Amino acid sequence: MKLARIACTGAIHAAQPQQLADGRAGVRLTDGRTLAEEDVVWLPPLEAGTVIALGLNYAKRAKELAFSAPEEPLVFLKGPRTLLGHRGVTRRPEGVKFMHYECELAVVVGRSARGVRRTDAMQHVAGYCIANDYAIRDYLENWYRPNLRVKNRDGATVLGPWLVDAADIPDPGNLRLRTYVNGKLTQEGNTRDMINGVPVLIEYLSSFMTLEPGDVILTGTPEGAVNVEVGDEVVCEIEGLGRLQNTIVGDAPFGR
Amino acid sequence: MPFGPCIAVTMDVAPYRLSGTVYGALLNHRTALRSLGDAINRPPYNGPPQAPVLYIKPRNTLASDGEAVDVPAGVAELEVGASLGVVIGRPSSRLPEDSALEYVAGYLIVNDVSVPHSTYYRPSIPFRARDGFCPLGPRVVPRTALANPDAVTIRIYLDDELRQTTTTAELVRPVAKLLSEVTDFMTLSPGDVLAVGVAAPAPRVRAGQRARIEIDGVGRLENRFVAGKA
Repeated sequence: MKLARIACTGAIHAAQPQQLADGRAGVRLTDGRTLAEEDVVWLPPLEAGTVIALGLNYAKRAKELAFSAPEEPLVFLKGPRTLLGHRGVTRRPEGVKFMHYECELAVVVGRSARGVRRTDAMQHVAGYCIANDYAIRDYLENWYRPNLRVKNRDGATVLGPWLVDAADIPDPGNLRLRTYVNGKLTQEGNTRDMINGVPVLIEYLSSFMTLEPGDVILTGTPEGAVNVEVGDEVVCEIEGLGRLQNTIVGDAPFGR
Repeated sequence: MPFGPCIAVTMDVAPYRLSGTVYGALLNHRTALRSLGDAINRPPYNGPPQAPVLYIKPRNTLASDGEAVDVPAGVAELEVGASLGVVIGRPSSRLPEDSALEYVAGYLIVNDVSVPHSTYYRPSIPFRARDGFCPLGPRVVPRTALANPDAVTIRIYLDDELRQTTTTAELVRPVAKLLSEVTDFMTLSPGDVLAVGVAAPAPRVRAGQRARIEIDGVGRLENRFVAGKA
Protein backbone atom coordinates (compact mmCIF):
# COMPACT_ATOMS: atom_id res chain seq x y z
CA MET A 1 0.00 0.00 0.00
CA LYS A 2 1.07 3.59 -0.68
CA LEU A 3 0.04 6.15 1.91
CA ALA A 4 0.55 9.88 1.87
CA ARG A 5 -0.13 12.48 4.56
CA ILE A 6 -1.87 15.41 3.04
CA ALA A 7 -3.63 18.52 4.28
CA CYS A 8 -6.90 19.68 2.77
CA THR A 9 -10.31 20.93 3.81
CA GLY A 10 -9.06 21.86 7.25
CA ALA A 11 -7.49 18.60 8.35
CA ILE A 12 -4.60 16.23 7.85
CA HIS A 13 -5.57 13.03 6.07
CA ALA A 14 -4.13 9.72 5.00
CA ALA A 15 -4.44 9.39 1.23
CA GLN A 16 -3.80 6.80 -1.44
CA PRO A 17 -3.01 7.31 -5.12
CA GLN A 18 -6.08 7.65 -7.33
CA GLN A 19 -6.27 8.57 -10.97
CA LEU A 20 -9.03 11.11 -11.53
CA ALA A 21 -11.80 10.69 -14.10
CA ASP A 22 -10.10 13.22 -16.38
CA GLY A 23 -6.85 11.25 -16.28
CA ARG A 24 -4.96 13.53 -13.89
CA ALA A 25 -3.01 12.20 -10.93
CA GLY A 26 -4.87 12.51 -7.68
CA VAL A 27 -5.44 11.11 -4.24
CA ARG A 28 -8.26 9.34 -2.50
CA LEU A 29 -8.83 10.11 1.16
CA THR A 30 -9.84 7.31 3.47
CA ASP A 31 -13.31 8.90 3.70
CA GLY A 32 -13.81 8.43 -0.04
CA ARG A 33 -13.16 11.93 -1.34
CA THR A 34 -10.87 12.29 -4.34
CA LEU A 35 -8.77 15.36 -5.09
CA ALA A 36 -6.21 16.38 -7.69
CA GLU A 37 -2.56 16.15 -6.72
CA GLU A 38 -2.14 19.91 -6.94
CA ASP A 39 -5.21 20.66 -4.81
CA VAL A 40 -3.77 19.28 -1.59
CA VAL A 41 -0.76 20.13 0.54
CA TRP A 42 1.65 17.23 0.73
CA LEU A 43 3.33 16.68 4.07
CA PRO A 44 6.23 14.31 4.69
CA PRO A 45 4.50 10.91 4.68
CA LEU A 46 5.27 10.26 8.33
CA GLU A 47 6.09 12.18 11.47
CA ALA A 48 9.69 11.09 11.50
CA GLY A 49 11.71 10.34 14.59
CA THR A 50 15.48 10.36 14.23
CA VAL A 51 16.57 11.05 10.66
CA ILE A 52 19.84 9.34 9.84
CA ALA A 53 21.66 10.02 6.58
CA LEU A 54 24.51 8.29 4.82
CA GLY A 55 27.31 10.05 2.99
CA LEU A 56 29.31 8.51 0.16
CA ASN A 57 27.37 5.27 0.06
CA TYR A 58 27.70 4.80 -3.68
CA ALA A 59 31.16 3.96 -5.02
CA LYS A 60 31.01 6.20 -8.08
CA ARG A 61 29.65 9.08 -6.02
CA ALA A 62 32.59 8.75 -3.62
CA LYS A 63 34.91 8.85 -6.62
CA GLU A 64 33.08 11.87 -8.01
CA LEU A 65 33.83 13.72 -4.77
CA ALA A 66 37.43 12.43 -4.82
CA PHE A 67 37.04 10.26 -1.78
CA SER A 68 38.00 6.65 -1.46
CA ALA A 69 35.10 4.54 -0.29
CA PRO A 70 34.85 4.86 3.49
CA GLU A 71 35.77 1.94 5.73
CA GLU A 72 32.93 2.64 8.14
CA PRO A 73 29.56 3.98 6.96
CA LEU A 74 29.61 7.80 7.08
CA VAL A 75 26.57 8.79 9.06
CA PHE A 76 25.12 12.16 9.91
CA LEU A 77 21.88 13.23 11.54
CA LYS A 78 19.09 15.64 10.71
CA GLY A 79 16.57 17.57 12.75
CA PRO A 80 12.80 17.70 12.25
CA ARG A 81 12.58 21.15 10.63
CA THR A 82 14.53 20.17 7.55
CA LEU A 83 11.80 17.80 6.33
CA LEU A 84 9.51 18.93 3.54
CA GLY A 85 6.69 17.30 1.59
CA HIS A 86 6.12 16.60 -2.10
CA ARG A 87 5.52 19.67 -4.29
CA GLY A 88 7.10 21.99 -1.73
CA VAL A 89 9.62 24.74 -2.31
CA THR A 90 13.22 24.87 -1.13
CA ARG A 91 15.20 28.07 -0.76
CA ARG A 92 18.45 28.70 -2.57
CA PRO A 93 20.13 31.61 -0.80
CA GLU A 94 21.31 34.51 -2.95
CA GLY A 95 24.98 34.33 -3.85
CA VAL A 96 25.36 30.56 -3.40
CA LYS A 97 27.40 28.86 -6.13
CA PHE A 98 26.70 25.16 -5.69
CA MET A 99 23.46 23.76 -4.34
CA HIS A 100 22.57 20.24 -5.42
CA TYR A 101 19.84 17.67 -4.94
CA GLU A 102 20.45 14.10 -3.84
CA CYS A 103 17.93 11.43 -4.77
CA GLU A 104 17.97 8.75 -2.09
CA LEU A 105 16.08 5.67 -1.01
CA ALA A 106 14.62 6.42 2.44
CA VAL A 107 14.05 3.45 4.73
CA VAL A 108 11.45 3.79 7.48
CA VAL A 109 11.98 1.74 10.61
CA GLY A 110 8.94 -0.25 11.67
CA ARG A 111 10.04 -2.27 14.65
CA SER A 112 12.51 -1.22 17.32
CA ALA A 113 16.02 -2.48 16.56
CA ARG A 114 19.12 -2.85 18.75
CA GLY A 115 21.92 -5.28 17.99
CA VAL A 116 20.15 -6.69 14.96
CA ARG A 117 22.06 -8.90 12.53
CA ARG A 118 21.89 -8.13 8.83
CA THR A 119 20.11 -11.42 8.18
CA ASP A 120 17.24 -10.30 10.42
CA ALA A 121 17.37 -6.62 9.56
CA MET A 122 14.58 -6.46 7.01
CA GLN A 123 12.01 -7.51 9.63
CA HIS A 124 12.53 -4.07 11.16
CA VAL A 125 11.62 -2.13 8.02
CA ALA A 126 8.10 -0.65 7.76
CA GLY A 127 8.51 0.77 4.29
CA TYR A 128 10.21 3.14 1.93
CA CYS A 129 9.92 6.56 0.43
CA ILE A 130 11.91 8.87 -1.80
CA ALA A 131 14.15 11.52 -0.30
CA ASN A 132 15.72 14.52 -1.97
CA ASP A 133 18.42 15.66 0.41
CA TYR A 134 19.69 19.06 -0.74
CA ALA A 135 23.17 20.28 0.13
CA ILE A 136 24.76 23.70 -0.25
CA ARG A 137 28.41 22.98 -0.77
CA ASP A 138 29.46 26.61 -0.39
CA TYR A 139 28.93 26.16 3.34
CA LEU A 140 30.98 23.01 3.69
CA GLU A 141 33.77 23.34 6.25
CA ASN A 142 36.28 20.79 7.46
CA TRP A 143 34.92 20.50 10.98
CA TYR A 144 32.47 17.73 11.81
CA ARG A 145 31.50 17.30 8.18
CA PRO A 146 28.98 17.77 6.86
CA ASN A 147 27.91 20.63 9.08
CA LEU A 148 24.25 21.40 9.65
CA ARG A 149 24.44 24.60 7.65
CA VAL A 150 25.06 22.39 4.60
CA LYS A 151 22.71 19.56 5.42
CA ASN A 152 20.08 20.55 7.96
CA ARG A 153 18.56 23.66 6.49
CA ASP A 154 14.85 24.39 6.91
CA GLY A 155 12.85 22.63 4.21
CA ALA A 156 15.85 21.14 2.42
CA THR A 157 15.14 17.43 2.89
CA VAL A 158 12.16 16.48 0.76
CA LEU A 159 10.42 13.25 1.71
CA GLY A 160 7.56 11.39 0.02
CA PRO A 161 5.25 11.42 -1.73
CA TRP A 162 4.19 8.06 -0.32
CA LEU A 163 5.23 5.73 2.43
CA VAL A 164 5.25 2.45 0.53
CA ASP A 165 4.83 -0.78 2.50
CA ALA A 166 7.95 -2.91 2.71
CA ALA A 167 5.90 -5.86 1.42
CA ASP A 168 5.41 -4.03 -1.88
CA ILE A 169 9.15 -3.67 -2.47
CA PRO A 170 10.54 -7.21 -2.50
CA ASP A 171 14.12 -6.13 -3.24
CA PRO A 172 15.16 -2.64 -2.07
CA GLY A 173 18.65 -3.58 -3.27
CA ASN A 174 17.66 -3.33 -6.93
CA LEU A 175 15.72 -0.13 -7.56
CA ARG A 176 16.43 2.40 -10.27
CA LEU A 177 16.83 6.03 -9.12
CA ARG A 178 16.52 8.99 -11.46
CA THR A 179 16.52 12.74 -11.05
CA TYR A 180 15.19 15.19 -13.61
CA VAL A 181 15.82 18.93 -13.56
CA ASN A 182 13.22 20.77 -15.63
CA GLY A 183 12.39 17.49 -17.33
CA LYS A 184 15.99 16.66 -18.26
CA LEU A 185 17.54 13.49 -16.83
CA THR A 186 20.55 14.51 -14.71
CA GLN A 187 21.10 11.63 -12.30
CA GLU A 188 20.66 7.93 -12.76
CA GLY A 189 21.67 5.05 -10.55
CA ASN A 190 20.55 1.83 -8.93
CA THR A 191 20.39 0.90 -5.27
CA ARG A 192 22.37 -2.27 -6.10
CA ASP A 193 25.43 0.00 -6.33
CA MET A 194 25.26 0.99 -2.66
CA ILE A 195 28.48 0.27 -0.79
CA ASN A 196 26.45 -0.72 2.27
CA GLY A 197 22.97 -2.00 1.50
CA VAL A 198 19.92 -1.64 3.74
CA PRO A 199 20.51 -4.79 5.87
CA VAL A 200 24.14 -3.82 6.56
CA LEU A 201 23.15 -0.27 7.46
CA ILE A 202 20.54 -1.50 9.95
CA GLU A 203 23.06 -3.90 11.47
CA TYR A 204 25.64 -1.12 11.75
CA LEU A 205 23.32 1.54 13.17
CA SER A 206 21.61 -0.80 15.60
CA SER A 207 25.04 -1.86 16.91
CA PHE A 208 25.32 1.42 18.82
CA MET A 209 21.89 3.04 18.80
CA THR A 210 18.36 1.84 19.28
CA LEU A 211 16.34 2.41 16.13
CA GLU A 212 12.73 3.20 16.92
CA PRO A 213 9.56 3.02 14.82
CA GLY A 214 9.41 6.11 12.66
CA ASP A 215 13.16 6.61 12.44
CA VAL A 216 14.25 7.19 8.86
CA ILE A 217 17.49 6.17 7.15
CA LEU A 218 18.48 8.07 4.03
CA THR A 219 20.77 5.66 2.24
CA GLY A 220 22.92 7.99 0.13
CA THR A 221 22.90 9.17 -3.45
CA PRO A 222 24.56 7.94 -6.64
CA GLU A 223 26.71 10.15 -8.86
CA GLY A 224 25.20 12.94 -10.91
CA ALA A 225 24.23 15.55 -8.33
CA VAL A 226 24.39 18.83 -10.25
CA ASN A 227 23.78 22.45 -9.36
CA VAL A 228 20.22 23.77 -9.36
CA GLU A 229 19.05 27.34 -9.80
CA VAL A 230 16.07 29.39 -8.65
CA GLY A 231 13.01 28.36 -10.63
CA ASP A 232 14.21 24.83 -11.34
CA GLU A 233 11.77 21.98 -10.93
CA VAL A 234 13.51 18.92 -9.51
CA VAL A 235 11.88 15.50 -9.72
CA CYS A 236 13.35 12.44 -8.03
CA GLU A 237 12.03 9.02 -9.04
CA ILE A 238 12.60 5.63 -7.54
CA GLU A 239 11.21 2.51 -9.12
CA GLY A 240 8.05 1.44 -7.31
CA LEU A 241 8.00 4.48 -5.00
CA GLY A 242 6.73 7.20 -7.31
CA ARG A 243 8.05 10.63 -8.17
CA LEU A 244 8.92 13.38 -5.72
CA GLN A 245 8.71 16.94 -6.98
CA ASN A 246 10.28 20.09 -5.57
CA THR A 247 10.83 23.64 -6.80
CA ILE A 248 13.80 25.86 -6.03
CA VAL A 249 12.93 29.39 -4.95
CA GLY A 250 15.04 32.40 -4.06
CA ASP A 251 15.15 34.70 -1.07
CA ALA A 252 12.23 36.90 -2.09
CA PRO A 253 9.36 34.74 -0.77
CA PHE A 254 11.14 34.75 2.59
CA GLY A 255 11.45 38.52 2.65
CA ARG A 256 15.22 38.34 2.59
CA MET B 1 5.83 16.34 18.30
CA PRO B 2 4.97 12.75 17.56
CA PHE B 3 7.38 11.36 20.13
CA GLY B 4 7.85 12.87 23.53
CA PRO B 5 11.24 12.17 24.99
CA CYS B 6 11.16 9.30 27.48
CA ILE B 7 13.04 11.27 30.06
CA ALA B 8 12.02 12.88 33.27
CA VAL B 9 12.69 16.60 33.20
CA THR B 10 10.74 19.00 35.36
CA MET B 11 9.60 22.06 33.44
CA ASP B 12 7.28 24.58 35.04
CA VAL B 13 7.49 27.11 32.26
CA ALA B 14 5.96 27.10 28.77
CA PRO B 15 6.02 24.94 26.69
CA TYR B 16 6.16 22.67 29.81
CA ARG B 17 7.86 19.81 27.96
CA LEU B 18 10.90 19.13 25.88
CA SER B 19 10.43 18.32 22.20
CA GLY B 20 13.09 15.63 22.27
CA THR B 21 15.29 17.44 19.73
CA VAL B 22 18.71 18.31 21.11
CA TYR B 23 21.29 20.28 19.15
CA GLY B 24 24.73 21.20 20.34
CA ALA B 25 27.51 23.57 19.32
CA LEU B 26 31.01 22.16 19.16
CA LEU B 27 34.23 24.12 19.46
CA ASN B 28 32.20 26.98 20.88
CA HIS B 29 34.25 27.21 24.06
CA ARG B 30 37.57 29.01 23.78
CA THR B 31 39.29 26.23 25.72
CA ALA B 32 38.08 23.71 23.11
CA LEU B 33 39.50 25.75 20.24
CA ARG B 34 42.74 26.42 22.13
CA SER B 35 43.20 22.72 22.88
CA LEU B 36 43.64 22.09 19.17
CA GLY B 37 46.74 24.28 19.07
CA ASP B 38 48.36 24.76 15.67
CA ALA B 39 46.47 21.81 14.21
CA ILE B 40 43.57 24.18 13.63
CA ASN B 41 45.40 25.83 10.74
CA ARG B 42 46.73 22.65 9.16
CA PRO B 43 45.04 20.09 6.91
CA PRO B 44 42.46 18.77 6.97
CA TYR B 45 40.97 21.74 8.84
CA ASN B 46 42.85 24.64 7.19
CA GLY B 47 41.62 27.25 9.63
CA PRO B 48 39.19 27.77 12.49
CA PRO B 49 35.49 27.12 11.85
CA GLN B 50 33.64 30.05 10.30
CA ALA B 51 30.02 29.07 11.02
CA PRO B 52 28.75 27.43 14.23
CA VAL B 53 29.75 23.76 14.28
CA LEU B 54 26.56 21.96 15.20
CA TYR B 55 25.58 18.41 15.95
CA ILE B 56 22.48 16.49 16.98
CA LYS B 57 22.00 14.22 19.96
CA PRO B 58 19.24 11.89 18.71
CA ARG B 59 16.41 10.68 20.94
CA ASN B 60 18.10 7.33 21.69
CA THR B 61 20.84 9.27 23.52
CA LEU B 62 18.53 11.09 25.94
CA ALA B 63 18.73 10.04 29.58
CA SER B 64 17.41 11.37 32.87
CA ASP B 65 19.14 12.56 35.98
CA GLY B 66 20.21 9.52 37.96
CA GLU B 67 20.10 7.10 35.06
CA ALA B 68 23.10 4.85 34.42
CA VAL B 69 25.14 5.41 31.26
CA ASP B 70 26.75 2.41 29.56
CA VAL B 71 30.47 2.52 28.88
CA PRO B 72 30.68 0.34 25.77
CA ALA B 73 32.82 -2.79 25.88
CA GLY B 74 36.22 -2.08 24.39
CA VAL B 75 36.15 1.57 25.44
CA ALA B 76 38.17 2.41 28.57
CA GLU B 77 36.87 5.90 29.25
CA LEU B 78 34.23 8.36 28.14
CA GLU B 79 34.38 12.12 28.08
CA VAL B 80 31.98 14.10 30.22
CA GLY B 81 31.00 17.19 28.26
CA ALA B 82 29.24 19.68 30.48
CA SER B 83 27.17 22.35 28.79
CA LEU B 84 24.51 24.85 29.58
CA GLY B 85 21.42 23.81 27.61
CA VAL B 86 19.15 26.51 26.26
CA VAL B 87 15.50 25.44 26.05
CA ILE B 88 13.53 27.18 23.33
CA GLY B 89 10.23 28.77 24.34
CA ARG B 90 8.82 30.07 21.07
CA PRO B 91 9.25 29.22 17.39
CA SER B 92 12.63 30.69 16.59
CA SER B 93 13.69 31.62 13.11
CA ARG B 94 16.11 34.36 12.09
CA LEU B 95 16.35 35.77 15.60
CA PRO B 96 18.07 39.13 15.92
CA GLU B 97 20.89 38.90 18.42
CA ASP B 98 19.53 41.68 20.59
CA SER B 99 16.19 39.98 21.22
CA ALA B 100 17.20 36.30 20.92
CA LEU B 101 17.07 35.64 24.65
CA GLU B 102 13.37 36.55 24.70
CA TYR B 103 12.73 33.30 22.79
CA VAL B 104 14.34 31.21 25.49
CA ALA B 105 12.05 29.35 27.89
CA GLY B 106 14.80 28.45 30.30
CA TYR B 107 17.94 26.50 30.93
CA LEU B 108 18.99 23.01 31.94
CA ILE B 109 22.16 20.96 32.24
CA VAL B 110 23.37 18.82 29.34
CA ASN B 111 25.97 16.09 29.71
CA ASP B 112 27.23 15.55 26.17
CA VAL B 113 28.91 12.18 26.66
CA SER B 114 31.30 11.03 23.94
CA VAL B 115 33.90 8.40 23.17
CA PRO B 116 37.27 10.22 23.11
CA HIS B 117 38.40 10.86 19.54
CA SER B 118 41.22 12.86 18.02
CA THR B 119 39.80 13.77 14.62
CA TYR B 120 37.29 16.55 14.14
CA TYR B 121 37.09 16.34 10.37
CA ARG B 122 34.35 13.76 10.10
CA PRO B 123 34.08 12.02 13.46
CA SER B 124 32.16 8.80 13.45
CA ILE B 125 28.60 9.15 14.74
CA PRO B 126 28.95 6.29 17.27
CA PHE B 127 31.33 8.52 19.23
CA ARG B 128 28.42 10.78 20.21
CA ALA B 129 25.14 9.07 19.40
CA ARG B 130 25.18 5.87 21.46
CA ASP B 131 22.15 5.03 23.58
CA GLY B 132 22.15 7.06 26.79
CA PHE B 133 24.93 9.46 25.75
CA CYS B 134 22.97 12.59 26.55
CA PRO B 135 21.79 12.85 30.14
CA LEU B 136 20.00 16.13 30.68
CA GLY B 137 17.95 17.87 33.32
CA PRO B 138 17.02 17.55 36.03
CA ARG B 139 14.81 20.61 35.61
CA VAL B 140 14.38 23.54 33.31
CA VAL B 141 14.86 26.72 35.27
CA PRO B 142 13.02 29.71 33.81
CA ARG B 143 14.97 32.22 31.77
CA THR B 144 14.63 34.74 34.57
CA ALA B 145 16.61 32.45 36.89
CA LEU B 146 19.82 33.40 35.10
CA ALA B 147 20.57 37.10 35.01
CA ASN B 148 23.25 36.48 32.40
CA PRO B 149 23.61 33.08 30.65
CA ASP B 150 27.04 34.20 29.46
CA ALA B 151 28.42 34.34 32.97
CA VAL B 152 27.56 31.07 34.68
CA THR B 153 30.00 28.71 36.32
CA ILE B 154 29.96 25.02 35.44
CA ARG B 155 31.62 22.38 37.59
CA ILE B 156 32.20 18.70 36.93
CA TYR B 157 32.73 16.28 39.80
CA LEU B 158 33.78 12.68 39.37
CA ASP B 159 32.97 10.66 42.49
CA ASP B 160 32.55 13.95 44.37
CA GLU B 161 36.01 15.20 43.39
CA LEU B 162 36.03 18.51 41.53
CA ARG B 163 37.60 17.89 38.11
CA GLN B 164 36.71 20.91 36.02
CA THR B 165 35.50 24.46 36.59
CA THR B 166 34.57 26.52 33.56
CA THR B 167 32.39 29.44 32.68
CA THR B 168 30.12 30.37 29.81
CA ALA B 169 31.96 33.69 29.75
CA GLU B 170 34.45 31.88 27.53
CA LEU B 171 32.01 30.96 24.78
CA VAL B 172 33.25 31.85 21.29
CA ARG B 173 29.69 32.79 20.40
CA PRO B 174 27.73 33.92 23.44
CA VAL B 175 24.22 32.50 23.80
CA ALA B 176 22.30 35.24 21.94
CA LYS B 177 24.79 35.37 19.08
CA LEU B 178 24.73 31.59 18.75
CA LEU B 179 20.92 31.57 18.64
CA SER B 180 20.93 34.27 16.02
CA GLU B 181 23.40 32.47 13.74
CA VAL B 182 21.81 29.04 14.16
CA THR B 183 18.27 30.23 13.50
CA ASP B 184 19.39 31.97 10.33
CA PHE B 185 19.20 28.62 8.53
CA MET B 186 17.33 26.28 10.84
CA THR B 187 14.22 26.98 12.87
CA LEU B 188 14.23 25.94 16.50
CA SER B 189 10.90 24.84 17.96
CA PRO B 190 9.47 25.14 21.46
CA GLY B 191 11.05 22.52 23.69
CA ASP B 192 14.16 22.10 21.53
CA VAL B 193 17.44 22.17 23.42
CA LEU B 194 20.64 23.81 22.23
CA ALA B 195 23.77 22.87 24.19
CA VAL B 196 25.92 25.96 23.87
CA GLY B 197 29.38 24.45 24.19
CA VAL B 198 31.64 22.12 26.10
CA ALA B 199 35.03 23.12 27.52
CA ALA B 200 38.28 21.23 27.01
CA PRO B 201 39.86 19.10 28.21
CA ALA B 202 36.71 17.19 29.13
CA PRO B 203 37.20 14.98 32.18
CA ARG B 204 37.17 11.27 31.46
CA VAL B 205 35.09 8.79 33.36
CA ARG B 206 35.32 5.01 33.73
CA ALA B 207 32.72 2.39 34.44
CA GLY B 208 31.99 2.41 38.17
CA GLN B 209 32.32 6.18 38.54
CA ARG B 210 29.71 8.88 39.01
CA ALA B 211 29.75 12.18 37.14
CA ARG B 212 27.98 15.21 38.55
CA ILE B 213 27.61 18.49 36.72
CA GLU B 214 26.65 21.59 38.64
CA ILE B 215 25.68 24.86 37.06
CA ASP B 216 25.13 27.82 39.34
CA GLY B 217 21.50 28.81 39.28
CA VAL B 218 20.46 25.78 37.21
CA GLY B 219 21.07 22.76 39.40
CA ARG B 220 22.98 19.50 39.42
CA LEU B 221 22.84 16.49 37.11
CA GLU B 222 24.32 13.21 38.27
CA ASN B 223 24.76 9.93 36.40
CA ARG B 224 26.56 6.68 37.09
CA PHE B 225 28.66 5.06 34.41
CA VAL B 226 28.47 1.29 34.19
CA ALA B 227 30.10 -1.40 32.08
CA GLY B 228 27.93 -1.98 29.04
CA LYS B 229 27.78 -4.33 26.12
CA ALA B 230 29.67 -3.86 22.87
